[in-house]
Amino acid sequence: MANSSATAHTGNHYLNHSKGLMSWLTTLDHKRIGVMYLFSVLTFFLMGGVFALLIRMELFKWGGHNLLEANTYNKLFTYHGAIMVFLVVIPSIPAALGNFILPLMLGAKDVAFPRLNLASYYIFMTGACFAVLALFMRGADTGWTFYTPYSIRTNTTVILVLFGAFIAGFSSILTGLNFIVTIHKLRAPGLTWDRLPLFCWALYATSIIQVLATPVLAITLALLCMERIFQIGIFDPKLGGDPVLFQHFFWFYSHPAVYIMILPAMGVISEVIPVFSRKPIFGYKAIAYSSFGIALIAFIVWGHHMFVSGQSEFANFIFSLLTMFVAVPTGVKTFSWLATMYRGSLHFNAPMLYALGFLELFTIGGLTGIFLATLAIDVHLTDTYFVVAHFHYVMVGGTLMGLMAGLHYWFPKMVGKMYPEKPALIAFWLIMIGFNITFFPQFILGAQGMPRRYWSYLPEFTLLNRISTVGSWLIGIGFFYTAHYLAKAMRKGEKAVANPWNALTLEWQTSSPPPHENFIETPVVTSWPYEYLPENTTMPVNA
Amino acid sequence: MSIEETTVHHHAHHFASADDEFEAAKQGMWIFLVTEVLMFGGLFVAYAIFRGLYPEMFHAAHQHLAVNMGATNTVVLITSSLTMALAVSSTQKGKRDHAIIYLVLTLLAACCFLVIKYFEYTHKFHDGLLPGGLFTNTELKDPKSPLFFSLYFMMTGLHGIHVLIGMGVITWILRRTVRHEFSPGYYTPVELVGFYWHFVDLVWIYLFPLLYLVG
Repeated sequence: MANSSATAHTGNHYLNHSKGLMSWLTTLDHKRIGVMYLFSVLTFFLMGGVFALLIRMELFKWGGHNLLEANTYNKLFTYHGAIMVFLVVIPSIPAALGNFILPLMLGAKDVAFPRLNLASYYIFMTGACFAVLALFMRGADTGWTFYTPYSIRTNTTVILVLFGAFIAGFSSILTGLNFIVTIHKLRAPGLTWDRLPLFCWALYATSIIQVLATPVLAITLALLCMERIFQIGIFDPKLGGDPVLFQHFFWFYSHPAVYIMILPAMGVISEVIPVFSRKPIFGYKAIAYSSFGIALIAFIVWGHHMFVSGQSEFANFIFSLLTMFVAVPTGVKTFSWLATMYRGSLHFNAPMLYALGFLELFTIGGLTGIFLATLAIDVHLTDTYFVVAHFHYVMVGGTLMGLMAGLHYWFPKMVGKMYPEKPALIAFWLIMIGFNITFFPQFILGAQGMPRRYWSYLPEFTLLNRISTVGSWLIGIGFFYTAHYLAKAMRKGEKAVANPWNALTLEWQTSSPPPHENFIETPVVTSWPYEYLPENTTMPVNA
Repeated sequence: MSIEETTVHHHAHHFASADDEFEAAKQGMWIFLVTEVLMFGGLFVAYAIFRGLYPEMFHAAHQHLAVNMGATNTVVLITSSLTMALAVSSTQKGKRDHAIIYLVLTLLAACCFLVIKYFEYTHKFHDGLLPGGLFTNTELKDPKSPLFFSLYFMMTGLHGIHVLIGMGVITWILRRTVRHEFSPGYYTPVELVGFYWHFVDLVWIYLFPLLYLVG
């Protein structure tokens, strides 16, 4: 693809370019900022994950009072949701992997606004601190959706969580802004739009949503804070306000936010599948443009979260219809990935396994979304475990699988060491099997009418809840094991070559880990990044 | 203004040229202003919904706003947009002394706006025309009236915060202008602050008729 080969360098790279804690905390290097995001996000993932395990422990036995009191349980599921959504899944791929990879893929030395990039990291951490601070006070028990009027009346410290999410939102906006300008202005010579890697296309579409939707969340959360401080009454029915307006505002952001979560994961999958199938990507333009189709539809379907809120029947009908359209661009992507793999020379390394896991789980998540988009069925399934299972299949099965695929795929580039393949396969199967054992029974529980967010349940739901809890242990073990072998590989893993996967995108054409300014010479792009030839089926790592 | 006074601007290492850097900064600022529009957009939507629900209440409540003060402030802000535009153009032409005068005038207009706003607010506080649950005024009989003042304070409050931030960044570029940091070859911050200030002005142009001139 490029004429800048991975030249032997002097052993000087971004990790040892400067030393000491301060050199990290004040760095303007997008790679270091990406790594700091990654570690922060993974720390919050640990917190959110432990909360999830506690929730499942409580539900292991019927009747409540097992491990947690009812109020503690409410706080835990609120924290699990808020942390996972705002501090893990939303920033995970764009802010952590995207920050690291995007400028490398573009052949650029950095993002357009490096100082803004560092600022957005600190803004993110400030928001996170506020949210976590509330944990040590009276917590929050509203669920991550903060529905009014309960969120106005509860005596928990929900205001700190709101303020934290409000602040963290600006970090998301600034990252999106930075990425859009970077993609427009900093592409290497010859990297025309129709040669742009699909991960960049996906991040571009994601950034547009971040920039357009997040400010609405900001004003919504700000109004809710004002509601608690000055009783402004805009969302409070007692003062003439409208609680359903809050739901409209909230979902105007939070539905597009679902695509902030999934689009970057789709971008990772679009990179991994051609590399590990040793075949040109099928439907390059279709995959690139369908991201924008998804981004566009994202803004006009928020009402499907509100079918039972009392909005008009007509609105319900329109939102239901529009929601079905999401299936079109999503299907375009899925079938393009399948067609890419068809008759390819498949290599089942960990990134590819996670990509296949993504395809399986995201398809189940997507298809059950159609149940929920169908008005008559949704009335029955609203606020049941069916919804919980559906969005975990999409968020965990989609985004988290994408994150794990990307993390393993780019691990050699980020730290210059290989992850060990066999432990990675074991961890993958633990997570994959554990995930299905945890969440598939929840579809059945939901269809049978078990409501979400309840501390206890009817005795006949005991067996399925037990199965689900056992599954959560497998997921837990899988992730702890992953943390263990990745940490070990960072210290004493096998040294990675510049391009262990024999991939064609630009980030692989520089050394692993990359030098401080990414490339010794600015690369010049002369071809499309997916031109995998039939005779070129080997990878150094598998040779 | 002599050539010696203008400093040569070195663009950041990751841009190919100073022009690229300028274009990138401008694009970034435009995107930022779009996010601002969406943030205010939430409040405008809330306004539209409640005005649609309670038109009589809006009409009765708006008569308690001081149209004279609001109109004066509109003139003040539009004038400040003019002086800001002149400051940008003076910087582009290398007329540093003029730029300083125009920036100071812009700052004075912004101060004037906030002083008038201060008198408006204290008058409202005195009359008990406060948001939602804090409302104590007895002249307005409609129990929904506090909502109008919630919107009034949220919308003008958020705008006021933007004016304050604007004054901060104008002071910052004024300081840099005094220190000879801008020249016809490099004036990106001045231009971008100009964008921002015009946006703040524009929001007020919408707020004034919506709040002060109902019906």
